[in-house]
Amino acid sequence: MIVPIIFLILGVVGFLFTGLPLKFLMDEMVIRLARNLVLVLSLIIPVITGMGLNFGIVLGAMAGQIALIIITNYSIGGGLGFLLSIIISTPIAILFGFLVGRVLNKAKGKEMITSMILGFFANGVYQLIFLVFAGSIIPIKNKSLLLSSGVGLKNTVDLAGITYSLDRLIPFGKYPIATLLVTLLLYLSVNYFLKTKLGQNMRAVGQDMHIAEVSGINVDKTRITAIIISTVLAAWGQIIFLQNIGTMNTYGSHEQVGLFAVASLLVGGATVDKASWKEALIGTFLFHFLFIVSPLAGQNLMNNAQIGEYFRVFVAYGVIGLALLLHAWEKDKSKTSLSDI
Amino acid sequence: MKDLMDKIGFPRFIITVFLIGLILLAVFLKIPLPGLITDILVRFGMNAILVLAMVPAVQSGIGLNFNLPLGIVFGLIGALVSIEFKLAGFKGLLVSILIAVPLAAIAGYFYGKMLNKIKGQEMTVGTYIGFSVVSLMCIFWLVAPFKSPELIWAYGGNGLRVTVSLESSIGHILNNLWHFNIGKVVVPTGLLLFFALCAFIVWVYNKSKKGLSMRVAGSNEKFALSNGIDVDRERIIGTIISTVLAAIGIIVYSQAFGFLQLYNAPLYAAMPAVASILIGGASLHKAKIVHVIIGTLLFQSLLVVALPVINIISEGSMSEVIRTIISNGIILYALTRTGGEEA
Amino acid sequence: MDLLQMKNITKLYTENRVLNQVSLSIKEGEIHGLVGENGAGKSTLMNILFGMPVIHSTGGFEGEMLFNGRSFLPKSPEEAMNLGIGMVHQEFMLIPGFTITENIKLNREKTKPTFVSKIFGERLEKLDLNAMAKDARKSLDKLNMSIDEYLPVAGLPVGYMQFIEIAREIDKSKLKLLILDEPTAVLAETEAAQFLDIINKLSEMGISILFISHRLDEIKKITDSITILRDGEVVKTIETSEISIADMAGLMVGRNIEMIRKKKNERNAGDEYILEIKDFKVNMPGERVKGLDLKVRKGEILGLGGLAGQGKIGIANGIMGLYETSGTIIKNGNKLPLNNPREILHSSIAFLSEDRRGVGLLLDDSIEFNIGFSSLEVQNKFLKKIGPLNLIDEKKIREYALKMIEELDIRCTGPKQHTRYLSGGNQQKVCIARALTLEPDLLLISEPTRGIDIGAKKLVLDTLVKLNKKLNMTVIITSSELGELRQVSDRIAIIYNGKVGGILPPDASDEQFGLLMAGESLDKVVN
Repeated sequence: MIVPIIFLILGVVGFLFTGLPLKFLMDEMVIRLARNLVLVLSLIIPVITGMGLNFGIVLGAMAGQIALIIITNYSIGGGLGFLLSIIISTPIAILFGFLVGRVLNKAKGKEMITSMILGFFANGVYQLIFLVFAGSIIPIKNKSLLLSSGVGLKNTVDLAGITYSLDRLIPFGKYPIATLLVTLLLYLSVNYFLKTKLGQNMRAVGQDMHIAEVSGINVDKTRITAIIISTVLAAWGQIIFLQNIGTMNTYGSHEQVGLFAVASLLVGGATVDKASWKEALIGTFLFHFLFIVSPLAGQNLMNNAQIGEYFRVFVAYGVIGLALLLHAWEKDKSKTSLSDI
Repeated sequence: MKDLMDKIGFPRFIITVFLIGLILLAVFLKIPLPGLITDILVRFGMNAILVLAMVPAVQSGIGLNFNLPLGIVFGLIGALVSIEFKLAGFKGLLVSILIAVPLAAIAGYFYGKMLNKIKGQEMTVGTYIGFSVVSLMCIFWLVAPFKSPELIWAYGGNGLRVTVSLESSIGHILNNLWHFNIGKVVVPTGLLLFFALCAFIVWVYNKSKKGLSMRVAGSNEKFALSNGIDVDRERIIGTIISTVLAAIGIIVYSQAFGFLQLYNAPLYAAMPAVASILIGGASLHKAKIVHVIIGTLLFQSLLVVALPVINIISEGSMSEVIRTIISNGIILYALTRTGGEEA
Repeated sequence: MDLLQMKNITKLYTENRVLNQVSLSIKEGEIHGLVGENGAGKSTLMNILFGMPVIHSTGGFEGEMLFNGRSFLPKSPEEAMNLGIGMVHQEFMLIPGFTITENIKLNREKTKPTFVSKIFGERLEKLDLNAMAKDARKSLDKLNMSIDEYLPVAGLPVGYMQFIEIAREIDKSKLKLLILDEPTAVLAETEAAQFLDIINKLSEMGISILFISHRLDEIKKITDSITILRDGEVVKTIETSEISIADMAGLMVGRNIEMIRKKKNERNAGDEYILEIKDFKVNMPGERVKGLDLKVRKGEILGLGGLAGQGKIGIANGIMGLYETSGTIIKNGNKLPLNNPREILHSSIAFLSEDRRGVGLLLDDSIEFNIGFSSLEVQNKFLKKIGPLNLIDEKKIREYALKMIEELDIRCTGPKQHTRYLSGGNQQKVCIARALTLEPDLLLISEPTRGIDIGAKKLVLDTLVKLNKKLNMTVIITSSELGELRQVSDRIAIIYNGKVGGILPPDASDEQFGLLMAGESLDKVVN
């Protein structure tokens, strides 16, 4: 419980130095929670299945972006566009999740570093496809997507067509009521899922692969299923995120997804082998609280907004590093001592 | 064919074939080869010490050192300090190294201590410790009390520049030492000799009693313990040497590049170095100097030759893409091999 | 009627025959004991019965099995379980983070359909925790366990865990045969008594029990009939009432060994002690030593025997200081430091680990480096000084290694060959060569012939005897193979429960060894 408390104190102290009105902060928090909660949710199932923090959700985010590129290419917008992008992203994410799961099954015990490198690797392939093949090998109908040379997608894709298509589905000022409802629904679904037979299998695999195997549970298949669910949720999460932002940084939007989502979950007090919706919710709140507050606090305290910006990146990396460190530390402590004999 | 592939290893085989293909394509496209070879020599020399930093890490048992940025930031500090005092030429280079080495050694010591508490998780934790260090140093670059106009923004603004030119200090100092031409190929003698010197020191250490103890500690911890070796101490020594080499490595890299790159530049610095030594034939448990030489040569040649070839065939910044795919692909390959044997 | 019949089961692991024409049958409701030393083939037999993947990935087995009168060839544990065979493993198969209920119902959870599961299939049916708890309660009640079924398993006393394992097995509605592998090993005496009561109760319920144990008194007390295995063969199947504990012990241990032992006067063991160990404790997982006292005579070969897990392996590892230790070690009158391998090596003690490939060798280094490294590290041999540097003298190592390769007859392609590619026997010789290079006067060697084929075994043992005789080197040899200890040792200490159970001469009777290994006291053994 100590980690969330520290971040709460950091955030509150920072907030006092920003001089922001509380209402502004709370409005901003509602929007940020709505657009980030699903991404953080996508991390929970792999943690429970014992695969640690799935940095491979970057591939899920890519699946979401691929779907968004496709609907933009055909200039389909609005609610239909949003729905279509969700539908298109799902099979792509299932495929990606299957591949990630296969690779991670080959690297048992090294899942986190492997999923991280896998994310970097996939990023390279993604760039190859959209920077080099798009427009040359892959026909792109919507020329406004392409760089002036006609090859490669532009750095930013305008998602004006589907901007706020979910957020403002149920009109209530600037508050994303529909998004919050969808998020709530997905959280309830994951919660339900964990109470099913399949969910129980995942918990068993997460606790002890060997015992699960001996009890007749197909460990490899269960792990792959967990990663597929995670990847699909990440794809949807990324679409929800981007429909709120309104523009997509073709080569950058997905990169930070793993980092910020993982950091959020850990800030909430989750560990490498324990996470639930509570940590996801608390963590997302605290992390983004700090995210809003730190540049302004940096500006007011040190007369330098950049310090705050670097500080929050440091917090993201630092909290992950620290969590991994503490986890490995725990593992290293031996159980019995000589005095027990 | 199959035998040949088994002998030199699958990744090396693929990369060599790919490289030969690219070279043929380059010849076909009439890209001047001497220029390419010059580039390869320079890029080999500037990267090899960073790759060399992997050797003591793997040998001492901490595995591939994904925390290379730790050493790198101290190398950058060394260079910054020498510029601040308006040192240039060899004096500047020497002072940079003399400042960087003890700082890196101290950092390496504490990092090694930490790694001893998390055996088996060094790579995952190391990666994020490295990221944290880089982002923490971003704040340091902003507030660091440097005054030299070379280092800070010309028109106000906070902190150090994102890239610092080394033109008037240590830029190309090693590259231009005793350099000579063979036809149109320029050989950066000083640069290559400096790497040779570093490699020689590591090699001699490998052959010494202390170095052997370290290598044995890394290759079989239990064997080492039963022979009275203090494994934790050897791991710390390996970490220190690796971190120090990273610090020296970035100074050499920067003088060849002509700029110091601050802020987020060192974030992914470990990946190409890790990939190079794996391409050279190292594994998570075994690394030698020959792996450094082969790996760096293959990897850098590939990047150098690919760049102009691809620029002619297609547009866009392909070299970065290729580097990402190859370096992470090879690391992935090594991680998914059972037991992490040779990649 | 026989519930289970195993007929002429033969199993080979590569060339090694671990089971030879083993037959075993169990009647309905019967408690059948299976007795044998480590390596007698008990676990392999159980693995075959339980359809463990390891059997099929190593080429299957020969022979026939009938269960309930029908031919039976399980390919996976699941298949065996479905037919009504349950097994309580030696190491607990319980998930610590789960509740008792969740463990008892693991992968057999009760579920109820929901709206979602009707669309997506039954794997998404919701767990019915109440029904599961009810089932668990029922099984626990059968075992007279009043413990709360919602408690997590982590933190429960070991005795309880054993009962939960059994509760899980009897919760399987069709359970007909329950295999218990060394079930009482972890139980305290009162728990063990309670446990045996429950076994009786289960048998009254009509469940057949296959009881594997080396506590011969328990076997005698509880079983109806017994099968005794030795070296992969059945030596006897008999009604329990017709055999005494001493006879069981004898049959379990007895071997037809060619006694190639030397006459007493050839031995050079004196009355002086080279090593004294007092109140020695070693925290080696699985092989803990719990306050052992032992004196070793100068010039003798002392054998350390006993069953796996009793602590014999921990002794040499503890002396070397590789695991946390307490107590006193005195060598030649000097107290040795604990947990300091380097000082031990400086005291002329050399150690060859039971884990030859894991601890004894650098598998990816050359033979010569393996041979030379210990004395290079500890005694600064094989070094040349160049200026301030102490470099390895590869020429000297080469010369020395060639000499050792010839002397010990190490079969290899040359001193540069990596030890990974040597046969077990030659690997052991490399280890011996490395130890000899240290010129010790006390050699600790554990499981010297494990994983070595028969011909090479003799060579290794002969080498040890030769070293003992020629160099007057004291040898402490730890082995699971009593036969080989009796072949080379002057005295044999049987280790039981982390202490010396008793010390016997090598020509003591099979019964005496068997009883000591089963934990009977020496007085009882001698009478």
